[in-house]
Order: sequence, then structure tokens, then C-alpha cells
Amino acid sequence: MTAASGAVAPAEPERARVPAAARAVVLVAGNPNSGKSTLFNALTGSDVKVSNYPGVTVTRTTAVVELDGIGPVDLVDLPGTYSLTARSQDEQVAVDAVLGRAGMRPDAVLIVADATALGRALYLAGEIIDTGARVVIALNMVDEARAQRLAIDEARLATDLGVPVVPIVARARQGLDQLRQALADALNTPTQVPRTVTLPPLAERDVASLAAVVRRELPGLGHATRAWTTWALLSIDDAPPDELVSVPAAVRTAAHQIRRAAMRDGRNLDLEIIGARYERVDRMVSQAVRPPDRPAPRWTDRIDAVLTHRVAGILVFGAVMLALFQALFSWSEPAIALIERLVALAQGGVSAVLPAGPLRDLLVDGVIAGVGNVIVFVPQIALLFLFIGVMEDAGYLARVAFVIDRVMGAVGLHGKSFVPMLSGFSCAVPAVMATRTLENRTDRLLTMMVLPLMSCSARLPIYVLIIATVFGPAARIGGFISAGAVALFAMYALSVTAALTAAAVLRRTVLTGPRPTLLLELPPYRWPVASVLARTTWRQVRSFLVDAGTIILALTIVMWALLNFPKHSDPGADVGAQVRASVAGRIGHLMEPALEPLGLDWRVGIGILGAFSAREVFVSTLGIVFDISDADETNQPLREKLGAAAKADGTRLFTPASGLALMVFFVLACQCMSTVAVVRRESGSWRWPLFMFGYQTVLAYVSALVVYQVGKALGFGA
Amino acid sequence: MSLPIRSLATLPLGVHAVVRAVHSSRAIARRLMELGLVPGTRVQVTRVAPLGDPLELHVRNYALSIRRADALSIEIDEPLS
Repeated sequence: MTAASGAVAPAEPERARVPAAARAVVLVAGNPNSGKSTLFNALTGSDVKVSNYPGVTVTRTTAVVELDGIGPVDLVDLPGTYSLTARSQDEQVAVDAVLGRAGMRPDAVLIVADATALGRALYLAGEIIDTGARVVIALNMVDEARAQRLAIDEARLATDLGVPVVPIVARARQGLDQLRQALADALNTPTQVPRTVTLPPLAERDVASLAAVVRRELPGLGHATRAWTTWALLSIDDAPPDELVSVPAAVRTAAHQIRRAAMRDGRNLDLEIIGARYERVDRMVSQAVRPPDRPAPRWTDRIDAVLTHRVAGILVFGAVMLALFQALFSWSEPAIALIERLVALAQGGVSAVLPAGPLRDLLVDGVIAGVGNVIVFVPQIALLFLFIGVMEDAGYLARVAFVIDRVMGAVGLHGKSFVPMLSGFSCAVPAVMATRTLENRTDRLLTMMVLPLMSCSARLPIYVLIIATVFGPAARIGGFISAGAVALFAMYALSVTAALTAAAVLRRTVLTGPRPTLLLELPPYRWPVASVLARTTWRQVRSFLVDAGTIILALTIVMWALLNFPKHSDPGADVGAQVRASVAGRIGHLMEPALEPLGLDWRVGIGILGAFSAREVFVSTLGIVFDISDADETNQPLREKLGAAAKADGTRLFTPASGLALMVFFVLACQCMSTVAVVRRESGSWRWPLFMFGYQTVLAYVSALVVYQVGKALGFGA
Repeated sequence: MSLPIRSLATLPLGVHAVVRAVHSSRAIARRLMELGLVPGTRVQVTRVAPLGDPLELHVRNYALSIRRADALSIEIDEPLS
């Protein structure tokens, strides 16, 4: 290996280091499953700052670590990645940070390398070393490598790479002192012109000609110019649009021309660059690693023989998913009930202290109810992420995707979409957050867009109420099957069918792009570490409370205002009269022409509006509109009142046809502001939640219309 | 694109082979190569998912799962005995 970059371009003067007063920044990079989060947790205290990278939704986790002789240093956890080639904004975050284009050049990069998959780890390490950054390699899981009888010569590796290599076992906190020392030493050494990989002569020529353009367009890159140029050649797609931002047009054009010229000559530039890097990696691995004389027995293979077995694998898969379901539905119940009790207690307390009036109403029904609407999600979010965390850290989450990918792939989804989709039966809010396990942005957006079609638990009370109202317990189909049971089953079947169909349609229309595929590492099975699980779960809960929570709180207050203003002319009017006089009541009236073809009227319109703050509110809002206090879905007076309710023309409001239409509407509509809020947070803009809300509303309306009109034609409309 | 004569999708379970070329679309080929499936690399299909797809490969001492459709466009040399 020679200093090839010296031959290509004279080294440019290194940009001035950050002023001594500013804290040094150390990036933590590594492959997924390399134990990066475990090491990050082990190195840092509990004081971890979670924020967003400007303009994108990638979470940026930062913590301060104290280094001997240096003082406090900012440690930044990058998203796990196999290479610096970026095709999405998310991946570009890692690249920009390493290449120093995100407004900060790292003072050093700590690379976490899985000692048992050294070749793949060194591929990424090579790309980072080529940028000229100060690098320290933490060779993690050396205990597992030993168990596999792999003998790794770390000193030889360090010499070949030109950077320090520290063997560690992050989960057992071994080697951390040496690692901190190596980081401190690295930060005290000046940066050097990197010893970059040598490419085949023709590729070298291509890199040199693009580097000339890059140097003109992005003069600040310094030592990283060659690495950035190689990155651009690999990353810029021939078929736009890629999501790469901030790549100057001149660089794009030049890169296209160079690639096209290479292709005309029958060359594959990607292969030349990646091949040269792996050649270097292979040379180093063959010199530093002695493979075992005879392979050690691998526990993972034995476990996989069961967990991915044709019969046993599917049985275990079903059992684990059932447990997840059970946890979300039942185990969260006591905590949710407790939160609801505490919120009611707080509301009662404030009501007792403050005099009646708009301020009290705002606090009780707006603010406290809004806070309640936020924290009521915490038990399910915490349970879901704890469950996912255990499965992910143990290695089973990848097997879930492996087992079910055939089914998900058929509609253009990824195997990893399964767990979020299943969680959607419980609640879309934690489920949308669970899409974070999907690395690819298109896969992730697609899953988010169809997830709210899964029939969540908040829709169940609505089904129960309507079914009881329109069918009654005695209704039978074919003499013995309960009509209500069939209707309930049909709603769930419709929900799953709609979600899978929507995925297939959106994949072909809105979320196209490169052919979706599955490239999934199946990591060895490992014991999860409790402290890591606790901290990652807490981080997810906190990010929900801070980001989505504030939107939910604000929307609750808006909904409260819509239902309570303007005030009824008679201050003594009951709640029902007040709601009918409110803005929401007027909107309900305005909606009537649209509801009429569904067999519904303005009172249901108010219920639908109220349900937007939380679907279960539909039942209590209907109760208010129909002057029944303490309404819940099993409330006999409410059912009777609804069953007897007549439309303006004197015909019955709730018939089998209009009841089914309303249920179908609730299955398909995105009637939940918390879901909208969390999709806004996870997708990074209002564009996606609005699109989702729009398509679901249209779908729901048209389907309900068809159901009612067909039902009426068949004689179920009376 | 014509299908390679011997593709990874036709390699019997447990038999070692060497990657000769990756004929996938650019984005997938690039990612497959970055994951270590460059020409000259030893590879083995170790498992098939319960529903028949995807496959589990053993490459560079780790396990990688890819769909049959992608394995089809990975050309391999004659299996090693």
C-alpha cells in the first residue's frame, strides 16, 4: 500500500483544528450488530443527549466522556452502516459526519469492529481511514472470536491499517480503559495525509479527473477530497432522483460523464472500487487472522436449526408474536388504567379548587386531558420497545424477518415490517415508532403509510357499540352464527386486506424507486444486556414524549376548543346543547350532505370529529350528543337511544347498512391525531402524514358509501 | 440481461462455491459487493427460510440473508468439492 492520494493530488493544507476551547468531537461508527450501542452505553454515563440532525429525522445521540489529559469529549453515535455509500438522507448523515460536510469535522472516529466478521468491518474501516480522520478501532467481541478459535494478531492489524487497534468486550466492559487511552493519544496526534487504497490504473484516472471538479466546487474538504470523490462516484445514481442533498450539480454531471465513459469501455467502476478495497481487506485479514484448524461448534447454527426450521420455526414464530400481542394488549392494561385514574384524579382536583369557567375547562378538558392523551401511550411504547429490544439484541428480530419475508415481500414490504404491522393491531403510535428498525427509508415510509389501516384496539369499542346497536344479540346468519361475530370478524379481515393491498398499490405508485429487496444480516444469538435495554427503551419513550407528545397535547386543546366554543347563549345549557352549538357542532351540520349518502346524519358527524382526538372518544362524544352521561360501549341506554334515533325524515338512523358503513369508515379512516402527530415526527415533514390522512379518508368514505348503497339496495337500509 | 449459467440460487445447500460476478441492478449489486460478495469470494447457501424464500448465505464468516431473486443474478463458478 502506498500513499496513492499523494500521486493523485498534492495534499492540501489541513483546515484549522477546532479552537482549543471547543470540545473535541469523536464519532462512533460501525456495522449494525457490531455492539456499537453497547460500547456507547458502556463508555458514557446516563447523561445522553438525544436530538435530531438538522433537516432529517435521523436521531443524533450524543454523550460526554472524560478522557485522561484531554478532558471532556463529545461522543456522537452514528447510525449503523456497512459502508459510506449513501442512497438516502439517513445514510448520508453518517457519511456527511465522517467526511466533515455536516458543518463539523470529527476530531476522531472510533470504529467498532466485530472481531468475528472482521472482513466486513474492515471494509467500512478502510473507507473511514481513507478520509484522513484520526481513527481508533475497537475490536469488539474478541471473546466470541476466541470461542470460534479465530486467532487475531491485533498488533499486525494495527501496523497494516496504520491506526491503533484495541481488543475489547463491550458487553463485559473489558478493555475500555485501554480504549479511552488510545482515544486520548489519537486526539493528541496531528492528522496525517491518509494512506488511501490503490485503485486499478483506469479507476485512479477517473478519480483524479473527478477530484479536480470536487476540489473546485468544495474547496474545504482538504485531506478528505479523495475519499469524498470516491464516495461520490459510488453513490451518485445514474437514474435520479436519489436523495443525496448538497452534492453540487457540477460534481453530479462530471460523475455521470465519467461513469458513462467507463461503462462504454465495458468497465464496472463500482466493482473496481469495491473490489480494490476488499483486496486490501483480504490481504490484511489473511496476515492478521489465523483461521481455526477445525471449526468450533457454533451455538447459533444449533439454535437456528430449530428457530428457522420448517415446522418448529413457524411454531416458535407464532408463539413469540402471540406473546408480543399479549404484552401489548393485556400487560399494558393495568398501567393504562392507572394513568387514566390519575388523570381523572388530577381533573377532579383542579375542578374542586378552581371556580367554574373557561379557565377551569381549559385546564381540565384541554391541558390535563391532553397530557393524559400523551402519557397513556407510554406503557405500550415502553413494552413494545422492550420486546423489540430483547428480540433485536438477542438476534431473533432478524430471524422474524427471515421467516416472514416471503409473505411481506409479496406486497412489496420488507420482512422487518412485520413486527410494526402486527403491533398496529394494538396501537398505531408505538407501531409507527417501531418502523425505526427498518434501515431503508422507502421501506420505512411504506410501512408507516399502511400501518394505520391495521385495526387498533381503540376501534374495538366502536365496533362493539355499533354491532350491539344494529344487530342485537339474537341476530343470526344461517340460523346459528351470530351476525355480530361475523361483522366483527369481517372488520378485522377488511383491515388486514386493506393494509396489504394499500402497500402493494403504494409501492407501485407513490413509493416506487429501486426494486425493493432484502439484504439482511443474521447475527449470532447473544444474551441481551439489561442496562442497554433499559436505556434504549427510555430513549424511545423520551423522544415520543418530547416530539410527538407536544403535537398531541396541542391538538387536544384545539379539539377541546372546537367542541366548547362559541358558548351556548344560555349559560345553564347542558353539555349536549353546548356541543350542538359549538364549532364542531356546526361542522357536523356542514358535513351532513356528505354523510347523508352513507345513511348517517350530523350527530354522527360530531362523533367522528370528536373521535379524531382519540377514537375511543367517539363513544363518549356520541353519548354527549345524544344526552347520555357516562357513555361507554356497553351502556344500555346509549344503545337503546342510538337504536331508536331517527333521522330528520323519520327513518331509523342506525340500520344494518348504515352501521356497517360507519364501521367500515372507522376501519379505513385515519381517525387519530396521535397517529398523524407521530408520523409527522418520524417522517420529518407534514407531507407524509397529510398524504396518509388524505388517502385513508378518501378510501374510507368511498368504501362506506359503497357498503351503504349496496346494503340499502339489498334491503338492509331500514 | 441474460441469466448466468450457474447462479447462487441453484447451488445445493452446504456446498461451497466462488462468486464470479454480480449481475443485479446497480444499487443491489453495489450493496451486495459492499457486504463482501465480490468476485473471488467463497460462499455457501446454508439454509432456506421455512416458506422457501429467502436464503441464508455464509460469506466471510457471517450469515447474510438474501431473496432467491437476488441470488439468481449472482453468478458462481463450479462448486468446490
